[in-house]
Amino acid sequence: MQIQDAGGQLTSRTTYRLADLADYLARLVLPFLGALVLTTVVLLTVDVAPLDAYRILLFGAFSTPIRFGDMVMLASPLILCAGGLTLTFAAGLYNLGIEGQVVLGAIAAMIPLRLFPDLPPPLLWMLSFAFGAAGGTLWALLAASLRLGAGVNEIFAGLGLNFLASGIALYLILGPWRREGSASSSGTALLPRELWLPTIGSLRLAPLAPIIAIVSLVVVWWVLSRMRWGLEVRAVGLNGAAADRLGVPAVKRMAQAMAGCGLLAGLAGTLQVLGVFHQLIPNISSGVGLIGLLVVLLVLARPIWVLPVAVVFATFTVGSVQLPLTLGIDSSIAGVLQGTLVLAALVSRGLMQRRRRA
Amino acid sequence: MEANYVAVEQVGNVGLLDRNVSSFWDVMEIAVTNLTKTFGSLRANDGLSLRFASGKIHGVLGENGAGKSTLMKLVSGFLQPDAGQLAFDGQPVRLRGPGDALQAGVGMVHQDPLDVPGFTALENLLCAAPRRAFPSRAMARTTLTTMAQRLGFTLAPDTPVGAMTVGQRQQLEIVRLLACGARTLILDEPTTGITAAQAQALFEALRQLAADGNTVLFVSHKLDEVAALCDTVSVLRTGQLVGEQLPMPQPQQRLLELMFGERIVKTSGQALLLAGVTVDEPPGVPVVQPGQDERSSEASLTTPLVWQLEQVTAREGMVRLRNVDLRIPQGRVIGLAGLDGSGQQILLRLLAGRLHPDSGRILVNGVDMTRTRTRAYREAGIEYLPADRMRDGIVGALSLTDHFALLQPTGLTVDRQVAVQAAREAIAAYEIKATPITPLIALSGGNQQRAMLALVPDACRGLACEQPTRGLDVASAQGIWQRLQARCATGCSVVFASADLDELLAYSDEILVFFAGEMSAPLPRATLTGARLAELIGGVGFERSAS
Repeated sequence: MQIQDAGGQLTSRTTYRLADLADYLARLVLPFLGALVLTTVVLLTVDVAPLDAYRILLFGAFSTPIRFGDMVMLASPLILCAGGLTLTFAAGLYNLGIEGQVVLGAIAAMIPLRLFPDLPPPLLWMLSFAFGAAGGTLWALLAASLRLGAGVNEIFAGLGLNFLASGIALYLILGPWRREGSASSSGTALLPRELWLPTIGSLRLAPLAPIIAIVSLVVVWWVLSRMRWGLEVRAVGLNGAAADRLGVPAVKRMAQAMAGCGLLAGLAGTLQVLGVFHQLIPNISSGVGLIGLLVVLLVLARPIWVLPVAVVFATFTVGSVQLPLTLGIDSSIAGVLQGTLVLAALVSRGLMQRRRRA
Repeated sequence: MEANYVAVEQVGNVGLLDRNVSSFWDVMEIAVTNLTKTFGSLRANDGLSLRFASGKIHGVLGENGAGKSTLMKLVSGFLQPDAGQLAFDGQPVRLRGPGDALQAGVGMVHQDPLDVPGFTALENLLCAAPRRAFPSRAMARTTLTTMAQRLGFTLAPDTPVGAMTVGQRQQLEIVRLLACGARTLILDEPTTGITAAQAQALFEALRQLAADGNTVLFVSHKLDEVAALCDTVSVLRTGQLVGEQLPMPQPQQRLLELMFGERIVKTSGQALLLAGVTVDEPPGVPVVQPGQDERSSEASLTTPLVWQLEQVTAREGMVRLRNVDLRIPQGRVIGLAGLDGSGQQILLRLLAGRLHPDSGRILVNGVDMTRTRTRAYREAGIEYLPADRMRDGIVGALSLTDHFALLQPTGLTVDRQVAVQAAREAIAAYEIKATPITPLIALSGGNQQRAMLALVPDACRGLACEQPTRGLDVASAQGIWQRLQARCATGCSVVFASADLDELLAYSDEILVFFAGEMSAPLPRATLTGARLAELIGGVGFERSAS
C-alpha cells in the first residue's frame, strides 16, 4: 500500500515538473518559432533565401566596429525608453505618448544649446540633459493630467500629444530655429562639432550614451524592486482599488510613474540630439519610443530583461540596413521580425492564460 | 392586496398583442430535471427538479445565495448547466446562450436591465430583434407603442434609454422580449429601484400576460409581493429545492421557515411571541437615536463615539438611504441585516468614507468628516474590509511581506527585514497558512480573509466589514470573530454586514435591519430571534427608524 502511494506521488510530481517545463519552453520557444515562421514566409514570398537574410539580421550589426557602434547608439535611447516604459507598465498604464516625450526631450535639449553656445561643452551637455529630461517629464505629465484629471485614456492622450510634439518640432525647424539662409524641413543647422558628444576614434559610438542608458536602467530596476515608491507603483498597477484601500495614493503614483517615464524618454531625446543627429530633425525620435513599447510588451514590468531584448532589437534594425545592398530587399524586414516576435509572444501568453484557466 | 388568480382555462382567450408579433395562446411549460451548476466548490444549484406550468405566475423565493439567480440564468441561457436537463413543452433543449433561449420562447429581465443606454427605446427594440421581425422602422414603432399601451406602460419610442428610469427600462425589456417571441418571462427582483406606481403597472401587466397563457417566473425576496402576485411559489435554500410549487397563499411563517431553515423553525414558537417587540423603541440603547430621551442612555454619553451620523442621505446605484441618524460608541459590534442591495452596503461605505452623503453630517471621533477624502478616514483609524477580497481588498500578486511593506510609514526604501518580521508575526498570530513571500492569490479564502484582517493596523478605531466570513468554513469564521472581538475589547467598533442570521445574532450587540433602502432602529440582540430577524429582512413588520 505504502509503496504504491509513494509511487503514485512520485509520478504525479514528475508529471507536474514535466508540465512545468513544457510550459516554460512553450513560453520561450513558441513565440520565437512563430515569429521565425512568419518572417520566413514573408522572405520566401519575395524570393529571398531566408538564411542569408537571417545571417545579416542577426550578425550584421557585429560585422564591423562602425556597425557595432551604430547598434550601441540605437540601443541606448531604446533602453532608456523601454526602461521608462517598465515604470508606466508597472503602474498599469500604457504610455503610447512616449514618442512625443522623446521629441519634446529633444526640443528642450536644444534650448540651452541655442541660448548659451559659449558655455564650456561639459556644462552645456549637463544643461542640455537637464532640459531634455524636464521637457519629456512635462509632456508625460500633460498626458497624465489628461488621464487623471479629465478622464482621457492615456493611450489616446498620448497619441494626440505625439502629433502635437512632432508639429512643434516641425514648426521650430521651419520657423524660429531655421537654418541661416534657407529653411529646410530636413532639420536645423548642425551643432558646432565641439558640442557633439565625444566618440571613440572615428566611430559614431559616444560612450556616454550606453553609460547613461545602463545607469538609468539600474536605477529603474532598483526603484521598482527596492524602493517603497516602486512597490506602491506596482501595487497600483496590479490592483488600484486595493492599493487605494491600503493607503497608497494611487493617482499620485500613476502620475509619478508617467513623469519618470517621460524623464527617461527626455534623456533619450537628448541623446538623439547630442550623440546621434547633432541637430533637430522632424523624425528626431526615429521611432525608438515605439520600438521601446514592443520591447516592454515582451519583457513586461521586468527591467532586467530590457537590456538583452533592447540589444537584440537594435541588432535587427542595424543589421537590416545592409539588406537592400546585399539582398536587394527593403530594410523593413527587421520591423517584421520585431513585430511578429511581439505578436507571437502575446498570442502564446494569451493561450497559456486560457489553458491555465480551463 | 388581493391576488389575481389565473386559471389555465383562460389560455384560450383572445391574445393581448398582435398575433404576428407574439403567439400568446401557445402554452409553454418549463421543466428542469436534476439541474446542477457549480462555481468552484460552491454548488449553486444542486440537482434541482422542478416544473413551471404555463399560464401562471410562479414565485421563486430564497435568501441571498440560495441559487435563485443561477437557476433563472440557466433557464434563460445565460449560464450552461454542469449536469441535468432543461425541457420546454416537453422538448429537451440545449441553450448555448440567451439568444437560443429567446428563440425557444424564454426571455429574462435582469435586475439591472441589459440594454444599450446610448440608443433610444426604438433602437433598442430594433437592434435586439431577430432578423425580419420588423420589416420597417415604422412597423417597429407601431409595435412598440401598441404593446406598451396595452400593457399600460409609459414608453416613448424616441426617448434615449440613458434618460429613462429603471422602471421604464424594465418595461422596455418586457416589450422587447415579447416582441421577440418570448412566451415565458423571467423577472429577477424586478421591484428593486422602481417606484410603487411602476410596480403596480408591472404587476397588472404580468397578470395580463399570465392570463393570456404566458408563463411568468418572478424571483423575489419580498414576501408580500410574492403573496400579492404569484399563483405558486417555490423556495430554494443553499442550491436545493425545499418548497416545490406550493400553491399560494401560504402562511408567511411557513415560507420563512423554508427560506431560512430548520434552526429557525425550532425557535419559531418563541419567535411568534416575540414578534410583538416594537421595532422603533429599542430598550437599553447603547446605540442611541438622537431625538429620543438621551438621559436614559448615560452609558453611551460617557463612552466616546466612533461614528455619528446626522440626517445622512446617500445614494448608490438604484438604492437610496434616507435621513439616517446613528451613533456608534467605542467597542461595539453592530450587525447589518438585510438582503443584498437593501442599503447596508451604502451605510458601510459611508462609514468608511468611500461614499459621500448627498446631505447630512458624518462625525468620526467627534470630528466632522462629511466632505473629507477617504484617506482622512484611514488616518482617523477607520478601516474598510470589502466583501470581494481579490477585487478591492488585497493585491493578489503581492505577498504578505509586500503588503506589510506598503503599510510601513513613509521611507525611501522598503525595510524588508521589518516587513518580513511583521508578516511572520501575522502568520503566527492569525494562523495564516502561507509563507511571508507567498502571493496572496495562492491562499485559500479563509487565509486571505485572515491576512486582510492582519493588515488592519492596531490603531484602528472603527472597522466597517462587508460579509467578514463569506465563503469561510465554520472554524475559519470563528477564528475571524475571535480576532474581531479582541479588537473590540481594545475599544475598536465593528460594523459588519452579513447574510448569515446566526452570525448576526451570535456576534452583534445591536442589529440594524435594512429593507428596500430603509433602516430600522438599532435592535438589541437580546430582543431578537432568528425567526423575527428573518421576518424583518423579508419586510414583515418592518418599521424604519423614527428620525
